[in-house]
Amino acid sequence: MDLYEYQAKDLFAAHNVPVLPGDVASTPAEAKALAEQYGTTVVVKAQVKTGGRGKAGGVKLAETPDEAEAKAEAILGLDIKGHIVHRVLVTTASDIAEEYYFSFLLDRSNRTFLAMASVEGGMEIEEVAATNPDALAKIAIDAIKGVDLAKAQEIVAAAKFPAEVADQVADVIVKLWETFVSEDATLVEVNPLVRDPEGKIVALDGKVTIDENAAFRHPEHAALVDEKTEDPLEAKAKAKGLNYVKLDGQVGIIGNGAGLVMSTLDVVAYAGEKHKGVKPANFLDIGGGASAEVMSNGLDIILNDPDVRSVFVNVFGGITACDAVANGIVQALEIIGDAATKPLVVRLDGNNVEEGRRILADANHPLVTVVDTMDNAADKAAELAAAGV
Amino acid sequence: MAIFINQDSKVIVQGMTGAEGTKHTKRMLASGTNIVGGVNPRKAGEKVDFDGNVLPVFATVAEAIEATGANVTVIFVPPKFAKDAVIEAIDSGIGLAVVITEGIPVHDTAKFWAHAVATGNKTRIIGPNCPGLISPGLSNAGIIPANISGAGKVGLVSKSGTLTYQMMYELRDFGFSTAIGIGGDPIIGTTHIDALEAFEADPETVAIVMIGEIGGDAEERAAAFIKDNVTKPVVGYVAGFTAPEGKTMGHAGAIVSGSAGTAQAKKEALEAAGVKVGKTPSETAALMREIMQSIG
Repeated sequence: MDLYEYQAKDLFAAHNVPVLPGDVASTPAEAKALAEQYGTTVVVKAQVKTGGRGKAGGVKLAETPDEAEAKAEAILGLDIKGHIVHRVLVTTASDIAEEYYFSFLLDRSNRTFLAMASVEGGMEIEEVAATNPDALAKIAIDAIKGVDLAKAQEIVAAAKFPAEVADQVADVIVKLWETFVSEDATLVEVNPLVRDPEGKIVALDGKVTIDENAAFRHPEHAALVDEKTEDPLEAKAKAKGLNYVKLDGQVGIIGNGAGLVMSTLDVVAYAGEKHKGVKPANFLDIGGGASAEVMSNGLDIILNDPDVRSVFVNVFGGITACDAVANGIVQALEIIGDAATKPLVVRLDGNNVEEGRRILADANHPLVTVVDTMDNAADKAAELAAAGV
Repeated sequence: MAIFINQDSKVIVQGMTGAEGTKHTKRMLASGTNIVGGVNPRKAGEKVDFDGNVLPVFATVAEAIEATGANVTVIFVPPKFAKDAVIEAIDSGIGLAVVITEGIPVHDTAKFWAHAVATGNKTRIIGPNCPGLISPGLSNAGIIPANISGAGKVGLVSKSGTLTYQMMYELRDFGFSTAIGIGGDPIIGTTHIDALEAFEADPETVAIVMIGEIGGDAEERAAAFIKDNVTKPVVGYVAGFTAPEGKTMGHAGAIVSGSAGTAQAKKEALEAAGVKVGKTPSETAALMREIMQSIG
């Protein structure tokens, strides 16, 4: 889960990483009150989980509380690359002497963590990496040994931080590592990390990604979920324990296993090329145990998506038997009753497939078409969706 | 022959007495796997009857090895305790640890992997969050259904469980030397490259299917490895062409971030290495079918 800047900075502050005073506001009045409280020039920053806020007009300086109110008014509700701004961060402004870059992240290729640091901060780090790779120091971190002061000093030296800030930066790096480990983060990024004119090091921005697999030891992370911007169907699916991602097409997808469902999306998109360009409407993995209840919950989510024109149920019976899946579909349709109005294309293969197909044939539900292969079923589902467009 | 597991594999199950462990121990036994015991410190000394197969429960992996000569462990321990279970397996010196557990925090995986490296990589780790592996007719360590396909000469390595099953099903008339699911987490033990290297060296494997998915650069690195090191024909498939950037597709590792990890980039890298890549699982199976028929 990606966090907002203000959430990232809250975590930084909790781990003693230096940040400027600031708080989040949902209305212009709240922004004005915060500016009054700080009694100084403030920066009003759009809180969205995407880059390029500055260019989109999402970051503004305000010298007075009235100005903060006006800037917040202008920024709240902005659409930045499809992300609507619901909150702004109001933070005291800082003069900047120098800008640096720092991050800890997961290094998949080397199966460990990586520190990246550069004294050329402030710009997109991908750009630094592409145009001036020598300016970006990359240091592998041993997951067991972690980052102590000595390791932090090694990073500081590798990135050639100026001598006058070396000790301060090393100290901040140790605290960022504490944040990274104790919050179970997969990314902690500070861009820019700045030296102000007084020589003090401050994290001026923050990006943190949290590992959701670690939720069992971080009950407090549940509060970081932003229900305001969650897709309502995704929120509903999550509440039912379903692995669902809303996409922008017309063919609803249900399958078992992440890889098979991803593959199903592709096959439907290819089939859609021949049928008015229809696309998959969602990712939904019902996992190994496709019980009637899970199938019913899944169908309920998908049939409630107004964009969906047809549904493709694609199951390979590995551990789950196809007859159980077929029973699940039949019972789910009974539970949903007249609310089910969209055609379903079902492809079953694997364990007990004959029995599964027989159950569907016997049920003879008017909305259900059984097709024998994944490719043909995708084609049928795309054709039915195109007919409804 | 086969890779990683065969008729000489003596398997123990960490977490054998839990719900998943019990269910899959039964299935592994039914497919002929030589399971010699389980590990659960709280139930040490007990015996568990699996439809007539009575298996002892040991307190530690080391004790289980001492008593049974086990050389493979399959781990079903819940995410909270999985790191300690894997580290225990590594410290016992067992040759192969298959980590089925889904949902292990990546900091925990990074730690047990670092521990494996620091202690000289004596234990091959497969997974986590994987279906395990099967050498049909010889041994089955994990949750891959044994009835999909019998033994044969195709080697299969895949990030995804259900795509493993799907591909085994499509090519069941040829059969498999070994089919291995390496898992979809951001950090995994055994990689595509490790499996490709082992299949290349295995005299019984004549051709290899490699299934990847979005996220990371494992497929690109595998492509470079194939170009320089693999002489056997390889057919590839990559899932996730239509996955949008920044959305996790079920597997924690299946996410496209920026320009990295796209299915298109992986496909191109594989094709540049001479791998035939199918657009769909069926097309991929058809490509392998042609190769197997031409080998005869």
